[in-house]
Amino acid sequence: MDKNSEGDRALLQVSDLNVRFHTTDGEVSAVNGVSLSLARGETLGIVGESGSGKSQLAFSIMGLLARNGRANGSVRFDGQEILNAPPKVLNKIRADKIAMVFQDPMTSLNPYLRVSDQMAEVLMLHRGMGKAQAVAECARMLDAVKIPDAKGRIRLYPHEFSGGMRQRVMIAMALLCKPDVLIADEPTTALDVTVQAQIMQLLDDLQTEFGMAMILITHDLGVVAGACERVMVMYGGRVMERAATDPLFADPSHPYTQGLLQAIPRVDQRGDELSAIPGSPPNMTFPPPGCPFQPRCAYAMPICEAQMPPLDDFAPGRARACHASVMTVRAGHAPQPLLPEAAAEDQAIAAASAEAHAAGGTR
Amino acid sequence: MTNAQEPLLRVRDLKVTFDIRGAGAMPWSPPRLLQAVSGVDFNLMPGQTLGIVGESGSGKSTLARALIGLVPATGEARWQDGTNLIGLSPRKMMKYRNDIQMIFQDPLASLNPRMTVGQIIAEPLVTHHPGLSRDEVRGRVKEMMDRVGLLPNQINRYPHEFSGGQCQRIGIARALIVRPKLVICDEPVSALDVSIQAQVINLLAELQRDLGLALIFIAHDLSVVKHISDRVLVMYLGRVMELAEAEALYADPRHPYTQALLSAVPIPDPALERAKRIIPLGGELPSPMKPPSGCVFRTRCARAAPICADERPELLGVEHLTACHFPGKLTDEEIERAISVA
Repeated sequence: MDKNSEGDRALLQVSDLNVRFHTTDGEVSAVNGVSLSLARGETLGIVGESGSGKSQLAFSIMGLLARNGRANGSVRFDGQEILNAPPKVLNKIRADKIAMVFQDPMTSLNPYLRVSDQMAEVLMLHRGMGKAQAVAECARMLDAVKIPDAKGRIRLYPHEFSGGMRQRVMIAMALLCKPDVLIADEPTTALDVTVQAQIMQLLDDLQTEFGMAMILITHDLGVVAGACERVMVMYGGRVMERAATDPLFADPSHPYTQGLLQAIPRVDQRGDELSAIPGSPPNMTFPPPGCPFQPRCAYAMPICEAQMPPLDDFAPGRARACHASVMTVRAGHAPQPLLPEAAAEDQAIAAASAEAHAAGGTR
Repeated sequence: MTNAQEPLLRVRDLKVTFDIRGAGAMPWSPPRLLQAVSGVDFNLMPGQTLGIVGESGSGKSTLARALIGLVPATGEARWQDGTNLIGLSPRKMMKYRNDIQMIFQDPLASLNPRMTVGQIIAEPLVTHHPGLSRDEVRGRVKEMMDRVGLLPNQINRYPHEFSGGQCQRIGIARALIVRPKLVICDEPVSALDVSIQAQVINLLAELQRDLGLALIFIAHDLSVVKHISDRVLVMYLGRVMELAEAEALYADPRHPYTQALLSAVPIPDPALERAKRIIPLGGELPSPMKPPSGCVFRTRCARAAPICADERPELLGVEHLTACHFPGKLTDEEIERAISVA
């Protein structure tokens, strides 16, 4: 994974990005000092719960922050600084070079316009095509995202499509200019698992075909496991952990990542009780002092309240922001024996089986 | 789960039909009927959890609503005492409304923003037990709040002051305060964050164990359903496709639809997730206005044969029931064929 190193010519390079909102309740720091780099053709997953700042991070890259939002730091696309760039500059890049797929396809498509009209607009604006040519091209793209009878259905209105089909329309629209980067913000959250599987497969195919890089924002660790090469875990507007997908799942180094992985029930395993993370996500108007996860963290120490741990590299391609040592967190990663008698029983069983094993070995 | 025990609820041939004549329709225009739930049968034992899964539009929420009389239905839903709940007059239903409570999907939207938490939780108690004194009501509300993990001193707060997870706890307290026998949970955790979801699931499981509740747990998240359910019912287009013990259903799904559904669930393990093969469902969900003849799933089934179009398969079996002419694990060739078609 040499392309992970920040020094490489990253296609998209975000450095020390901060996003603040001025609200009547005071200032909200939605994103704090987030850096990321994305290489050509790569898929980066951003995982986090509501309020973790993952969507605002995407919006600030695209220059789509709400009016009371301010971003500072740096976002460079192909060497060009685009953070807070004027709309004239951004409009050349948005949709053309960096495209976005939003969570809710019903509210992100214009209900008053036929799909053909809203899709063709993109090509007429960015490619200077005539209407007829643009519509023909759009139909081809709808075909590419596997909408049956694309030619016939392009004249329909968004409400005439099902949820999954609408999301396909959104994806087709985002891909019209064959962007270099696709930012997908919870692209399958509103969909059924069967449709989700189809959409993820489609994104994967299209990525191979067009060679585009993707930032996949989601709360679903299962989706991340299947689609991403690298993962960034966010909490309270900060990056908690950054790693390649396999080590992150096999050996989560941050208490929050660990907690998340243990909190999800799985179809391929049986378990009696889920180990939930106590408490609830922070209110970002009044963030907790120090590390945002500290009030819910099983490993919290006095220092966690005093200062935010820096995001430090601790292994090739892996970084974490935590005061507790990797060893401590790793040790806690073993299936937690909550009840003392259960733990004793487990140990007894383990000892007995080890004995039996040893006996079998000597015979 | 012994056979000797009487089921708490026996549902037979439950049907829900909506007349969806458009807004501008004339009184004499013919009805346009949509069968949202057709011929559903199941038994629910006391203290047991029945999970209901299916995609959106499969009729799982409508089924739940029909059981408590929120939508008109036909057929039979026999309570323990022999009364058929379907078509019961509102006055007679009142008695059973105490025993059957419901928890809704959107935690905030299902709480009245103008009532305090105390009033919200007390309302079912005051309605069903008008004889209780104010002190008794308040005492039980506080006890319940404590039970679901809310601070009793928050009794005078309003719903907007709580987070989503806490609002769902309020909804649970409201449902449980009248000591029901059955709680119907319609997507109770799908609006919550992953870390909060686990808290609410654990709370529900614990309360169920302590209070001997039966649960009907509706969710589109198959992992959550597997975790909490004793038995699972799989619905497609208003019909039951498969009904079995949770372990058996997930380990050995026999209906092609269940197999496709399970194969699509993402697994949070990169190696397994990349290696697994998803059985695709070709085409789109047919319109419930014009369901396919015979087996409703046949248009998207990897194993459909001519008989599937002619004859509707019955839900057959003893412990593990399947509504399929050719139940059993799809072979590799069948899956390959489905993938190449899709």
